Amino acid sequence: MEISRRKFLKSISAASGASLVSKSQFAHGAERFTGWPERFGILTDITRCVGCRSCEAACNEINKLPAPKIPFEDQSVFEKIRRTDAQIYTVVNRYPNPKPGGPAVYVKKQCMHCDEPACASACLVKAFKKTQEGPVIYNKDVCIGCRYCMTACPFYVPAYEYDEPFKPEVKKCTMCFERISKDGIPACVEACPMEAMTFGKRSDLIRVARKRVIEQPDIYIDHIYGEHEIGGTSWLYISGVPFEKIGFRMDLGTTPYAELTKGFLGAVPLVLILWPAFLIGVYMFTRRRQEMVETEAENFEIEEDQQ
Amino acid sequence: MTGYIEKKHTFRSWVIEKLFMGKTIKEYLKGLITPFNFVAALILLVGVPVSVYRFTQGIGPSTNLSDNNPWGLWIGFDVLAGVALAAGGFVMGTAVYLFGLKEYHPTVRPAVLTGFLGYFFVVVGLCFDLGRPWRLPYPMFVSVGVTSVLLLVGWHVALYLATQFVEFCPALFEWLGLKNFRKWVIKLTVGATIFGAILSTLHQSALGALFLLTPGKLHPLWYSSFLPVFFLISAIVAGISMVIFESMLSHRVFGNRINHQGVDFDKLTLGLGKAAAIGLFAYFALKWVGVAHDNRWDLLNTPLGHWFLVEVFIFVFFPCLLFTWAVRKSNAALVRFASIITVIGIIINRINVAIVGLNWNLEDRYFPHWMEFAVTITIITVGVLTFRWIVNRMPVLYEHPEYKEIDQ
Repeated sequence: MEISRRKFLKSISAASGASLVSKSQFAHGAERFTGWPERFGILTDITRCVGCRSCEAACNEINKLPAPKIPFEDQSVFEKIRRTDAQIYTVVNRYPNPKPGGPAVYVKKQCMHCDEPACASACLVKAFKKTQEGPVIYNKDVCIGCRYCMTACPFYVPAYEYDEPFKPEVKKCTMCFERISKDGIPACVEACPMEAMTFGKRSDLIRVARKRVIEQPDIYIDHIYGEHEIGGTSWLYISGVPFEKIGFRMDLGTTPYAELTKGFLGAVPLVLILWPAFLIGVYMFTRRRQEMVETEAENFEIEEDQQ
Repeated sequence: MTGYIEKKHTFRSWVIEKLFMGKTIKEYLKGLITPFNFVAALILLVGVPVSVYRFTQGIGPSTNLSDNNPWGLWIGFDVLAGVALAAGGFVMGTAVYLFGLKEYHPTVRPAVLTGFLGYFFVVVGLCFDLGRPWRLPYPMFVSVGVTSVLLLVGWHVALYLATQFVEFCPALFEWLGLKNFRKWVIKLTVGATIFGAILSTLHQSALGALFLLTPGKLHPLWYSSFLPVFFLISAIVAGISMVIFESMLSHRVFGNRINHQGVDFDKLTLGLGKAAAIGLFAYFALKWVGVAHDNRWDLLNTPLGHWFLVEVFIFVFFPCLLFTWAVRKSNAALVRFASIITVIGIIINRINVAIVGLNWNLEDRYFPHWMEFAVTITIITVGVLTFRWIVNRMPVLYEHPEYKEIDQ
């Protein structure tokens, strides 16, 4: 490949020009990451879900998970609230409608694919990664199995293969990362007969969600769950009943979990630099005092001898 | 041929002198039959097969850990409490070598040995808990997750283990009679002490900082943005208390091996008690700053709130008063008693943070499987046996006659 002098100069000037333009005059000292701009997300409209569990079946099939203990058609699973585990990456739970006489509410649960995931911030081997496409994915090849991700996740999502003695892995929804990176859509979204889920750019989904909420205030409550929760999630929910009545935590705040340990980690270099300086100072001080005591004792002895 | 026999002879006498403490093998084996060893053997008889079961069948069948409760006794007790109780090495090293409190010199070696073994067995305990313990070096060399507080803990525990080994080397080399090595390694003492103090400050507090990521899971009375400070201060107090407690045990068990001429151990105990009282009071005050900061006074009058009050009053404030009273009355025995309560209190605190307070609002609560207890008890037993083996052979509780009065 040959690059002409003219072309080279042109590209250089373009690059320097771009760098001049892109840096704002008001650059903030510590800019906060607000999520990859082009990330995908999924909007779940809880009012449309009928609890058919087609999404669970599709997820099971696409991830080649073992057959469930209770068949997907069996309604008896709704008798108790379930969570995800190493063999089930998504579950649909049934909650009684808080409005008297209203139909039961079905809520699909899976990894929320946080914009700044607690699991990724906790992991000491970078096994979790928030991809630019949106999914939070896991790398089994570096995981040491400390399970700090599970302790850190506020949504109780990551699960562990406890019964696997030699190659245990953390298991969770991948938002069908492989499919969406080949322009596909997640299996659960595709399988849903009610179009309860919409896949798309997260920024578009927020607009769609807001439109529905604004246009039909008698159906929806005015909250898009995941828009701001712990700094935003790729998975978004809108609902007809208050979220706290259907198993959502409302006390998580809007601060990304990564921020919670930032202060501590930021203090580490301070300790590493200031602590040795301080301790060496103390050591020198102690030694000097000892030397003074010793010389004084010697002088005292000399004086005594002279007398 | 004669040379060969001579060599063999010296090796044999070396083994007898160094490993069998000058006894013949028959005498040595006979000496092993004691009630303590009998109990230890029984524990190992259960613990060893349980360990094999854990590593061949997995964490699932051998623990009560679950997806909701991924951390249990092995993290709460073996790692969190273990690291806190092993802080004595860094506390006494700093006091003696950096702050010049030379009269406490006799406590340094046992404290460093306790620290080194403590950390070593923390890592052993951790290996039981990790899904793939053989990947322990991964965070150091293969894939480094710099945003993780746990990475800091991992690096620091590894480096600190090495540091404490260096700090213990003088005793090891005195035992082996390697005078030149000893001379060389003793020059590292001050540097190693400073390095150890930095590492300890950071990883003791980092263990608390691990739980900064659990605001929605840990009970608000235990969750606090001050968790790193709580863990550091309480570890310092735990370290001091362990030095007091362990010097008491050593006097009972190894009384004949302790030979520090002119050292008044009661006086040292009282001095340590004074330090513990100050530390405990600071910790007690900080705990309330934590509650006030989050303004969750309402939770004090709930079952877990009562348990919090028990922890803070009976296991922090009460021993603090005991230490103060004992120091005023020059009552070394009472200082020792207070140190035991303090040690139990710190263990309770770590269990509260990692187990009792964590997932407090979940129906699915965790209680350890009997095998988890078996492994923990086995690790402690092996730790105590190792400590005894070393103390019986190396100059830990006494000064080696050939090295007295040098390099002081």
